[in-house]
Amino acid sequence: MCTVCGCSDSHEKHQHHHRPEDGCHHYGKGPARAHAPGISQAKMIQVERDILGKNDEYARANRARLARLGILSINLVSSPGSGKTTLLSRTLNELKAQMPLAVIEGDQETSRDAQRIRQTGVPAVQINTGKGCHLDAHQIGHAVTDLNLSGGEILMIENVGNLVCPAAFDLGEDFKVAILSTTEGEDKPIKYPDMFHAADLLLLNKIDLLPHLDFEIEQCMAFARQVNPGIRILALSASSGEGLDNWYQWLRLARQSKAIGSHQCNESQQANKEKPWPDRY
Amino acid sequence: MHEMALCESLLQLIEAEAQQHGFARVTTVYLEIGELAGVELAALKFCFDVVTKKTVAHNSKLRIVVVPGASWCMPCATQVAVKQRHQPCPHCGSHQLQVVAGDEMKIKELEVV
Repeated sequence: MCTVCGCSDSHEKHQHHHRPEDGCHHYGKGPARAHAPGISQAKMIQVERDILGKNDEYARANRARLARLGILSINLVSSPGSGKTTLLSRTLNELKAQMPLAVIEGDQETSRDAQRIRQTGVPAVQINTGKGCHLDAHQIGHAVTDLNLSGGEILMIENVGNLVCPAAFDLGEDFKVAILSTTEGEDKPIKYPDMFHAADLLLLNKIDLLPHLDFEIEQCMAFARQVNPGIRILALSASSGEGLDNWYQWLRLARQSKAIGSHQCNESQQANKEKPWPDRY
Repeated sequence: MHEMALCESLLQLIEAEAQQHGFARVTTVYLEIGELAGVELAALKFCFDVVTKKTVAHNSKLRIVVVPGASWCMPCATQVAVKQRHQPCPHCGSHQLQVVAGDEMKIKELEVV
């Protein structure tokens, strides 16, 4: 213990800024340029903020904006090569006649995926993250502006192919949907628990390949429920089309429930001069 | 590897504090990172040094308090310690666990001069 100030450090480890080198005691030469007995010259500032607080603020703004317009937003996450873009293209082709759709494509480089999506006739904006390994809420805000959405759409956000980082970044979406393909191994959910924990729905893709693979589908579902007991799981194949009806039904129901209570819904009711409640209420 | 992005957010917060409180240099940054937050601490420290070069936090120390993971076990109706997300309840073996602590990433304090 230092006998001068009583602090617990040994003499070698700390210095008194006022130690005389020239025979004078200098109390104003420390970083704080002043002296208070027993107080370190450095100042502590209480911050108490989430490191991702800024992203979360943007995400909240996105969520409010999309809710006002009655837009259902889906954040599609998976590892590269799980068939995300194939599933997305097929979904768009088969649903575009029934409901308005829009897409935000996230990749490190190139706009190949957005071009592939635009071929379906659905508007798409490409975000290239460069060195980034995930999309963030700020990028989504700008992309939503560029898409010029009028309301009631399903907005599909195809995140960067990565099972780690996108789990931590809220985009303001309604649902995170994880896609896992049967060629990847059934233990992915416990190897990448953060992502499967964060997901609301798991799409088990490429089930048409099951006869050729050593993939235990029940075991995979059990692993997914280990990290997320509430997760819903749909098995499907984007190439053969098996199981896609369930996915489309899930999307329709999610979109309908999103419309309830949105401004879009209220406005259309007013436009139709409908009473908001039936008379018997 | 989103530690780089985390450090960039961290630097933004520090720079905002520097403007608000008018300090010139940060000497130590105190963080709280949960065991279940999915952050690789060695990578975070490495990225922090890279990101803060020639900024207000240049050469500052990073002090990290690791917050232990805790979940609420629904069948046991009690709080249990968990180190990883796929771990079962140590009492009943159930996976019906809700994380209640250990997923935070917070900046707590700055030591500044």
